[in-house]
This record gives sequence, C-alpha cells and structure tokens, in this order.
Amino acid sequence: MRHTISVLVENKFGVLARISTLFAARGFNIDSLAVGETEDPAISRMTIVVKGDDSILEQITKQLNKLVDVIKVNDFSGLEYVERGLALVKINAPKTVRAEIFRIAGVFRTRIIDIAKDSVIVEVTGDEEKIEAFIEAIADYGIKEVCRTGVIAMSRGHK
Amino acid sequence: MSQKMTGAQILIESLLKENVEVVFGLPGGQALPIFDAIYGSKLNFVLTRHEQAASHMADGYARSTGKTGVCIVTSGPGATNTVTGLATAYMDSVPLIVFSGQVSTAVIGQDAFQEADTTGITRSVTKHNFLVKDVKDLAKTIKEAFYIASTGRPGPVLVDIPVDVQRGICEFAYPEKVEIRSYKPNYNGHPGQIKKAAEIINKSERPVLYIGMGVIASNAEDEVLEISKKADIPVTNTLLAKGAYPNDSALSLNMLGMHGTYYANKAVQAADVIIAVGARFDDRCTGKVCDFAKKAKIIHIDIDPAAISKIVDTDIPVVGDAKTVLKEMSSLIKNKERKEWIEKIGEWKKEHPLSYERNDDKLRPQYVIEKISELTKGEAIVATEVGQHQMWSAQYYKAAKPRTFISSGGLGTMGFGYPAGIGAKFGNPDKEVIVIAGDGSFQMNMQEMAIAVLNEVNIKTVILNNQYLGMVRQWQQMFYGKRYSRTCLAKRKTCPSSCNTPDRDKCPVYVPDFVKWAESYGALGIRVTDKKDVEPAIKKMLEAKCPVVLDVWVEIEENVFPMVPAGASLDDIMVRMNG
Repeated sequence: MRHTISVLVENKFGVLARISTLFAARGFNIDSLAVGETEDPAISRMTIVVKGDDSILEQITKQLNKLVDVIKVNDFSGLEYVERGLALVKINAPKTVRAEIFRIAGVFRTRIIDIAKDSVIVEVTGDEEKIEAFIEAIADYGIKEVCRTGVIAMSRGHK
Repeated sequence: MSQKMTGAQILIESLLKENVEVVFGLPGGQALPIFDAIYGSKLNFVLTRHEQAASHMADGYARSTGKTGVCIVTSGPGATNTVTGLATAYMDSVPLIVFSGQVSTAVIGQDAFQEADTTGITRSVTKHNFLVKDVKDLAKTIKEAFYIASTGRPGPVLVDIPVDVQRGICEFAYPEKVEIRSYKPNYNGHPGQIKKAAEIINKSERPVLYIGMGVIASNAEDEVLEISKKADIPVTNTLLAKGAYPNDSALSLNMLGMHGTYYANKAVQAADVIIAVGARFDDRCTGKVCDFAKKAKIIHIDIDPAAISKIVDTDIPVVGDAKTVLKEMSSLIKNKERKEWIEKIGEWKKEHPLSYERNDDKLRPQYVIEKISELTKGEAIVATEVGQHQMWSAQYYKAAKPRTFISSGGLGTMGFGYPAGIGAKFGNPDKEVIVIAGDGSFQMNMQEMAIAVLNEVNIKTVILNNQYLGMVRQWQQMFYGKRYSRTCLAKRKTCPSSCNTPDRDKCPVYVPDFVKWAESYGALGIRVTDKKDVEPAIKKMLEAKCPVVLDVWVEIEENVFPMVPAGASLDDIMVRMNG
C-alpha cells in the first residue's frame, strides 16, 4: 500500500541520513521525498512517500519515532489530507502540434514556462495522479525530460 | 561561576561532573589535546591494547554496575575499532559512550590522515551520535549524551570531537538540566492497560513470566519476584536476564529458547498467558515465530514502543518502565495458588532436567561450570565469551543476583567476555569476577591480559578448551554431516585437509600454550586435563591474588543440549542427540 508519511524533525545536519538509513536498512525504496523548513526555522518537515507492507511500515514509523532528532511522525494513510507535487515536463513541440499541446496543457490547468524552437516546458502541479495523467496525455508528442519534486502533504482542517 | 577552558579540558571536567569512575581507551594523533588534559587530572584512565577491547570493558563495567561506561579513542581506526563494541551494546541496550577524536573541521571530507566518517559509520549501531562542530556546544552535548545513553531504553552514544574543537576555548559551565524536545521516554504505563493486563493474569490458569534485559536495566527484580510468588507464576529468563530471578527458586524455569531448558520451553508452549517484561522476542527465544506460545494471550511490558508487536502480535501492550509498571500492576494482582500448573511444570522438570553424563571419568565442560557455581555459591560475577561455553554457563551456573551474568546476547560477539570481565572488575573491585571462555573466543582479545596484570585486576579466566570453534562444530556435526570445515583450532599444515576425527593424543600440539601465555604476562597459568583435578584447580584459582588463566582441556566433541534447531518450533526441542 502507498503511504504518505510526514516527519517533523530538528533542522540539523545528518538528520536526513538517519531517516533514509532506516528505510534503506529494511530494503524500502523511498518513492519520493520532500524536505523543507516549517513555520519554525528550527524544525523541518520531511514528506516521504513509500509503498510497502502495512506491518513493516508500522514498524518503520515506530523506529522513526525512536530517533532522537524526530519530533513527530504522521502517517496520512486513511486520513483526510491534501497533497501536492510539482513537475516540469519538456515536450517535443514543433509548430505543427504546438496548439494541440497548449490545449492539453490548458485542460490540466498547467503553465507554459518556456517556449523554444521545437520544445516547450510545462509546469504542472497537483497530486501524483494528476501529474501522471498529464504525462500520459502528453506522452505521444515525445517527452524530452521530466523533473519531479516529492509530494508535500497536509491534513485537512476540521470542518 | 564559569571559567575559560579548552574543549579537551571541558570533556575531562564534564566526565568528572558525571562522576565517571573509570574511562577505557587508547590515544592517537587526533585525540592528543584530550590526552594532554588527562595528564595530571583526576580522571582514572585505563590504557587498553585495542579499542575494541576498550569498548567491551566499558560495556562490562556498565552491565555490572548499572552506570554508563565510557571510552575515549582517536579518530579513524580508533573509532572504527569500537564499532563492534557499539553494536554489541546497542543490541543488548547497554549505556555506553564513546568519545572519538576527529580530524580538524577544516579538513573533514578531504580524506585526511586517520579520517573516517565516524558518525556515518556508527549511525546504525548507536542510539544516537553527535559530531561537535563548535566548542561552545561541547558541554551541552556531553550532558545530552549521558542523558540519552542512560534513560529510556538504554544504549550506546558516540560523540565525535574534531581536534580543533578539542583545542578551542570557551566558558565552561556544565548544564544542570537537559531538555530534548524530541526525546522524552515514557516511564509510566497506561493505567487502563495495566488494569487489563492484571485482569487477564488473575483469570489465567497457566501464566508464565518471560523476563529480559529490561528487568535488569530498570532494577525490577524485586517486583518480578513479588508478583511471581504472590500469584504462583513461573519465571523464565532470556540469556541477558540471567540473575534477575534466582535460578534455585522452585518457580524458576531458567532460560527459554534454543538452548533453554526443556521445562521452560514446554511451559511457554502450554501457557495461557505470557507476561513479557523487558524482553524482545528474539529469535533465539521464540523459535519458529508462528508456533510460539500459540495458546497464550501476550502481555508485553516494554519501555520501547518499537519492541511491541515487532515479532509476536501483542494482545495487551504496556509501554513503560518495567519497575514502575510492575509496581502498579502488583497491587491489582490477586494472591492465587496455581497448584495444577506448578505440578505440571514439576513433572516436566523431573522428566528432563538439565543433564549430561556425570558418571564417567571424562572431563566435561558442564562439570567445570557446575563446580565454579558450587565453589562461588553463584555469588561471583561471571562474564562469558560466545559459543558453547556461554550456553553451558547459562545452563549450569546458578547466578544469585542481577548484574552478575555478563554476556553478549544479541550480537553474539566473540572476544567480548574477557575485556567485559576486566571492565566488570574495575566496577566491582571487591567481587570475584570469573570469565568463562572458549579457546576460540579467548584468542580474540586475550592481549588485554596486560591490562589485568598492570592494573592488578585479579580476574580469573577459565578456558573450556576443546580445540574447536565448538558451537559451529556442533552445527556441522548435526546439520552438515559431520564435515568439520575450518573449525579445528589445532589444525596444521601437516594435517589432512579434511578431518572429523579429533583426538588429543594424535592431533598436533595446540597453540598457544595458554599457561605459558599467562606466565609471559606475569599472570598465573594452570592447566587441567583430568576431571579429578578440576575442583582443586578452581580452588587454587579463587585463592590466587593475581590474574589467573585456568586452561581446562575438556571433552572435544561435547554438545550443548537441549537444543531447538534454528527455525524449528519450541515444541521440537531435542534433549539429546538423535540416533
């Protein structure tokens, strides 16, 4: 199962290595990872997306909690939350098909951020599914390069 | 009041503030400022011959006293040599701190002479580690290191101190308090969970207490004893909890698991409740996990939430300190006689007590350990190496008190016992400390005899010499068709390349001669090759006022039984060799 885990950590050197070591030692590949400061600059948030057996992930979550530099661990699975990632996609775009590409880009509410002689770069934000859907929709035109961030996630406010 | 000091002086002063009685280690280039600060200070520093041994000495000191063990070593190889010691302490939850020198912050990452990424290398074998980059952070870091090592589930901590930080100068004030927002161990168990656990215990007919290192770490032996007596609950211990419950009590089942007693394993498999206290369901205890205690509800008391349901699904988890939780639980547990259950266990005890062939003239290793147990009344501190002799010690030595049986359990580190015994003797100078070793393990750190002799540490070492890496040989005999591949320690160039017929009279002479080895250090060496000489030799050893090595030539192919083969269920326990 896919898990989105949010880890609040001390903003210190070496912390990322401690966390990635825990996953690596158990043979887990991290699908995506995003790290950034929170509203408190002494604290960073790491958002980790990983696929794996639930019981092993429960164990990893406990082990993460044990790390001295880890303040809080949240597994979003089964909770109400929003997540966003960003991708830059460079697409083959000779003049003959450029209009079509712009139309698809518009449907996905993306932004064109670079236009060159025979290619364009599209910035797409959204959850993983949306980004993947866009890449699929545009694939036939020839993708030259994809660059993706890890997703970040936040639980929804109380309604 | 504070004064200006160098980082090196801050380290020494901080150790004195922490009431560190003894530090083990070895100097080197990138630790010179620290060693300069030691010169003339009040710190009791023991110079070892190998950093690995230093880490095991600090470990043995910690296990036998309950205090935090401390090492100081240099950068690069000095630090990497402690990795086995850190891993050993980490597996067995021992409070240990290694301070390592490091190259100057300006050259870190440049592959400088004797540089190693010490915090990187030790990350997965420590509870936590630090690289101190500013002398202003040093005192606080040391305080935190002691706090982290000794609280919650104890464990080793490494503090890496670059040489320029050792030389740096700042105001020194040792912090009174420590506050780490992300590290707050929880000592009190949840009252609701404790109540639930007590109710299940009260209703149970066949409960078993399964106690581990956590009982020793939290000094909960009195609480375990009280509950077991009050409610007639038999107690089985892990290897590391040996001594936490008196082995001669009628309710003691002794050790469970692979080389545990027949009756401990039978009791666990028949139990309707297992009360695990500070134990982690290690594979050497559970055997095949899906067959472990299938009829039992599992109550698990542990200070480490990650230990809960890690291996065996827990019905009632209680996260907290063993002593605190048991104290609270005790008042909720009803006095109860469990006659039928205790009688059943009595039958198993009669059916297959621990036994070996006592009625011939052969010098068997179990006999030697029984004699040690008898002549010391189980009141010595015993440190073991790893292998057959370790299991026989666990089976036949009757440890009377906690912290008197020192052994590398989780990691199974050969070479641990001898230095650990020396460390234990530093912590308990008035107690008899006996190392029970195999001839293989002993050779891994026997150079530390110099430390025993030079510091007048009168440690007694009994080598159960079977000229083999005995436990591996036993497995080769039982599971690999008696193909004794590279386990014979007497094998010479002149021997046939394959041999499975050892014979003291025909095999080449064993090296080293442990008696001469001991004598070369100024210790006393005694050799015993005859059963009738065992008792007088042990007496002579105990009376000696110097380090002693007793080299006992035991039966070569004696095996450890009972045995649950690796991966088999505890039900499949073998009390003797098949066929």
